[in-house]
Amino acid sequence: MENPTEILVVGTHADILQTVLRLLNAQASWHAEGASGCEEAIAQCKSKAYRILLLGAGLTDLEEERLKTEIKKIHPEIHIIPHYGGGSGLLYTEIHLALGT
Amino acid sequence: MAQTVLHTASSRGGADHGWLKSYHTFSFAGYHNPERVHFGALRVLNDDSVDGGRGFGEHPHDNMEIISIPLSGTLEHKDSMGNVGTIEPGEIQVMSAGTGIYHTEYNKDKDQAVKFLQIWVFPNKRNVEPRYDQVKISVPEKPNTLVQILSPNADDAGVWIHQDAWFNLGKLEKGSQVDYTFHKKGNGAYIFVLEGEILVNDQILSRRDGFGIWDTNQFTVKASSDAEFLIMDVPMEF
Repeated sequence: MENPTEILVVGTHADILQTVLRLLNAQASWHAEGASGCEEAIAQCKSKAYRILLLGAGLTDLEEERLKTEIKKIHPEIHIIPHYGGGSGLLYTEIHLALGT
Repeated sequence: MAQTVLHTASSRGGADHGWLKSYHTFSFAGYHNPERVHFGALRVLNDDSVDGGRGFGEHPHDNMEIISIPLSGTLEHKDSMGNVGTIEPGEIQVMSAGTGIYHTEYNKDKDQAVKFLQIWVFPNKRNVEPRYDQVKISVPEKPNTLVQILSPNADDAGVWIHQDAWFNLGKLEKGSQVDYTFHKKGNGAYIFVLEGEILVNDQILSRRDGFGIWDTNQFTVKASSDAEFLIMDVPMEF
C-alpha cells in the first residue's frame, strides 16, 4: 500500500480544525495533521514534507501570505490551497483538485 | 458572443441517505466531478429534501456565504451565535460563515418533508465576522416580473452577502417574458428552473435544469409554460 498523502491543515478555530482533520483522516489514502497558527505550521513543515497545506479559517490576510511565502521556501512542491466551507461539503473536491486526481 | 453551459436535471449528482435526498448541481461531499465544481463564485447548488422530524445535527461552517431557500415545508435553524428561527416558502435565509460557526438545521414538521435549495457562494473576503439573517421575500407589484432576493448591499432588497452577487426569483405565466441585464461587468448568471419550462434566449430548460450564461450584458427568459426560476448573477472571476 502506498504511503498516504500528507496534509497539514492550519486553522485557529480548534473545533472546526478537529472536524476537518477527522474528515480527512477518515480517508485511508490521506493523513492529516493540524496547526493552530503560522509559527506552528512553519515549524511542522520544517520537520516533515507535507504534500498539501490547507489554509483553514481564522488567519489574517498577512498571515496567509506569510505562510505561503515561508512554506514554499521550505517545500517548493507543496500545494497550498484555501479551504472553504468548514466541513465535508467541499473538502474532498479541494484535495482531489490539488492532487489532480 | 455569449458563453453558455447546460446542466440538465438528470445529469446532477445525487445522494440518498434515507432521511435526506439531495441533488447536487456541483461537486459536493461524496459527489466529485472535476467538470462540475463551480460556476464563477457559485460553488454549491443543492436541491434537498429532508424527511419529517429529521435534519442536520450540529456541524461547522467557515468562509462561505450560505443561502437557504425553502420550497415547501418549514426548516428550523439554530446556531452558535444564539440565533434560532424557522423559515418557510416565501422567505430566504443567509449565513456568512466567516471565521467559523456551528449550526443545526431540522425539519420542523414531523410528518412532511421539507424541500429547500441550499446555495453556497464564495465570499469576496475570507474570515469575516459570522452573521445570520432571514427575510421575507417581497411580493412583486406586477405579475411576470423578477423579485430581487439577494444582493451585496445591506440596504437593498432581500438579504445581503459578502460577494458582488444578485439573486432574483422569477414567476412567469405561459407566453410572458422578462429581460435580464447583468448588475456588474464580468458577472455571469446561473438560471435554475424551479417549476415549468422556460427558454433562455434559445435554450429550452425544464424543471430543475440549470443553465449558465456569461460574456454578455443581458439575456431574455420566456415562459413556455407557467414557470418559476431563480437567476443567480455572480462574478465569474473572484
